[in-house]
Amino acid sequence: MSEHHSAAYVRSAMLPEQAPPVSEIGVIRWLRENLFSGPLNTFLTLAGSFILYFLVKEYYPWLRHSVWHAGSVGECRDIVTATWGEGATGACWAIIRDRWNMFMFGFYPREHYWRPTLALGLLIFAAAPVLFAESRSIRMVVLGIVAAFLLVAFPGLGVGAAANLMLAAALAAMLVVAWSRPWGLLWLTGIYPGLAVWMLWGGSVWGPVLAMSGFVLGWAAWLATRRFGTILSVGAAVLVPVAWWLFGVEQVLPLFDAVLPYSIDAVRSEKFGGFVLALTIGVAGIVLSLPIGVVLALARRSDMLLVKALAVGFIEFIRGVPLISLLFVASLLLNYFLPPGTNFDIILRVIIMVTLFAAAYIAEVVRGGLAALPRGQFEAADSLGLDYWKAQRLIVLPQALKISIPGIVSTFIGMFKDTTLVVFVGLLDPLKGITDSVRASFEWKGAYWEPYIFVGCIFFIFNFSMSRYSMYLERRLKRDHR
Amino acid sequence: MAETQIERQIDRSHMTVSDEVAIQITAMNKWFGTFHVLRDINLTVNRGERIVIAGPSGSGKSTLIRCINRLEEHQSGQIIVDGTELTSDLKNIDKVRSEVGMVFQHFNLFPHLTIMENLTLAPIWVRKVPKKEADEVAMYYLEKVKIPEQALKYPGQLSGGQQQRVAIARSLCMKPRIMLFDEPTSALDPEMIKEVLDTMIELAEEGMTMICVTHEMGFAQAVANRVIFMDQGQIVEQNEPYEFFNNPQSERTKLFLSQILGH
Repeated sequence: MSEHHSAAYVRSAMLPEQAPPVSEIGVIRWLRENLFSGPLNTFLTLAGSFILYFLVKEYYPWLRHSVWHAGSVGECRDIVTATWGEGATGACWAIIRDRWNMFMFGFYPREHYWRPTLALGLLIFAAAPVLFAESRSIRMVVLGIVAAFLLVAFPGLGVGAAANLMLAAALAAMLVVAWSRPWGLLWLTGIYPGLAVWMLWGGSVWGPVLAMSGFVLGWAAWLATRRFGTILSVGAAVLVPVAWWLFGVEQVLPLFDAVLPYSIDAVRSEKFGGFVLALTIGVAGIVLSLPIGVVLALARRSDMLLVKALAVGFIEFIRGVPLISLLFVASLLLNYFLPPGTNFDIILRVIIMVTLFAAAYIAEVVRGGLAALPRGQFEAADSLGLDYWKAQRLIVLPQALKISIPGIVSTFIGMFKDTTLVVFVGLLDPLKGITDSVRASFEWKGAYWEPYIFVGCIFFIFNFSMSRYSMYLERRLKRDHR
Repeated sequence: MAETQIERQIDRSHMTVSDEVAIQITAMNKWFGTFHVLRDINLTVNRGERIVIAGPSGSGKSTLIRCINRLEEHQSGQIIVDGTELTSDLKNIDKVRSEVGMVFQHFNLFPHLTIMENLTLAPIWVRKVPKKEADEVAMYYLEKVKIPEQALKYPGQLSGGQQQRVAIARSLCMKPRIMLFDEPTSALDPEMIKEVLDTMIELAEEGMTMICVTHEMGFAQAVANRVIFMDQGQIVEQNEPYEFFNNPQSERTKLFLSQILGH
């Protein structure tokens, strides 16, 4: 080795910062990294561009030639031909303009359109304490949009100015409450199930009130028997409301109706259709299937053989049969088993089946979340002296459910879309039931794409919202690696 | 093998062993399936004792202390903790668990809760302590383990040594009469081992009854009043630390010590 070589080195001048080469900044860098990073990527970019070009070339004219004002499909075609020349095709959105109410409300009486609309709006308000408790800004934006939507929609639905003013006052009051406290609207969450049922189906106010009072009775029974032990108090909390619903309500209802009669026009289930039907079944299914699914998941991991066997049997049976077969059971077979003369509402029957179906899937998703928890979490909870239910509630489920959020929301989205299957038991779902009945009219015979696109867009709005909410929730609950 | 030097002076004024029996294990056996993992264990621990359990891996050390708060079930013999016998009676199990603190190798903090919530959860839900009081107790112990400034963070934001000290504080918040340590420093980097050992030494100085499964022989020499050596599911030898390390009796112990102390 040379004598001059030395490991020692001292820099005499520090180098100033220099601008990066052009290929490392701005649009060029973005293009290179994202679209043309290699032969395969370049090929995919070109192929994708071609497909995009083809789609636009094929369908853009059809959209550009859209007709919004026409009385029938034939009229639409005439307008397109007159405007764009012989052989041109165009979308005939006039069918949506003319029959949008069918897609939204089915055969729900026109003068009561405001009721399901308000029920949907209040749903978001009722859900706010649960879904948007953490962030005031998100809560206020969402509720503000809903309130604005209701106020704009109501005059259009034929609600008078006085009623609209009352609605505005009520919404403003609720917005103030939601602004001041995250849990401020929890009372609405509590009464919402009864309120929604009453607004959708109408009739005497006492039916839903008495049904909801069952929960209060159950709670009272639990409080009264709590000191006699867990099994007895839980048993009382379940049995008392069930007995009340089965035997008590029908005895007391006429009494209340006679003393303090208050009712709004009743709407029979057969009148429900379109998105009112899809949302009624979908929301009820989502709300009911989550707790049932969680209980099933816990039961499936139970040490008690019988509990576990029942849970496994139920889950595997439900997952093993198509939803349609369950719906057929609900609509046809159930009538044979029930005593003659019982009028068991068809929508209620469908909700039960859809709920059980979704619950089985939720149970498996949640079980995956439970299995993903390290055993140390269970042991730490045990070693601190937490009993089974406290450990599940405080330690296990919060973590397991967080892991399961994407799967749970996927199940909900799938279930919401599956509500269209109720067409097979004679209910008017928005996708086929309503579309077919709209097309059955002379004017709109032959309009194929437009109704499907319209219904698809509405489904997309709901499902995309759910998907975005689930991603927001995942971000919000992220606690590790900060 | 790990041997962190214990440099500090140890205050032995409160390290007194009383005559009162804290844990009594008699003729206890345990099997994992057909594998006889603990064989005829007889052990009496008096209040105030600091016991270190050593032994090669797979010798049943962890299983033994996990039996003491029934994270593992024994199949024969008797375990009496603070006068309560461990049977399948859930009431007794919960009673023993709320009196016996346990620290795990992998900390097992609850990652979805803040440090403060980790510490107050069991006092609030098991002991029914009012939240304000539980918060005060939690803060007291956080100061004791020297990380009060981390109270509002989540476990994932803390270093391993800090997490283990939080885990110790979490156990202490239940005001346990006995503390079990299951290899508390085995998952830690060397520089963090010391901070956890310091916390454990302080606990010993206050007279806590402790059973530690550990490979930290420096800790055993400094703090323990008794070292138990286990092999193949049996207690092979037990003695006070000086005798145990300088004058081991059985061949198994001599072999183990020569390996672990690296001479």
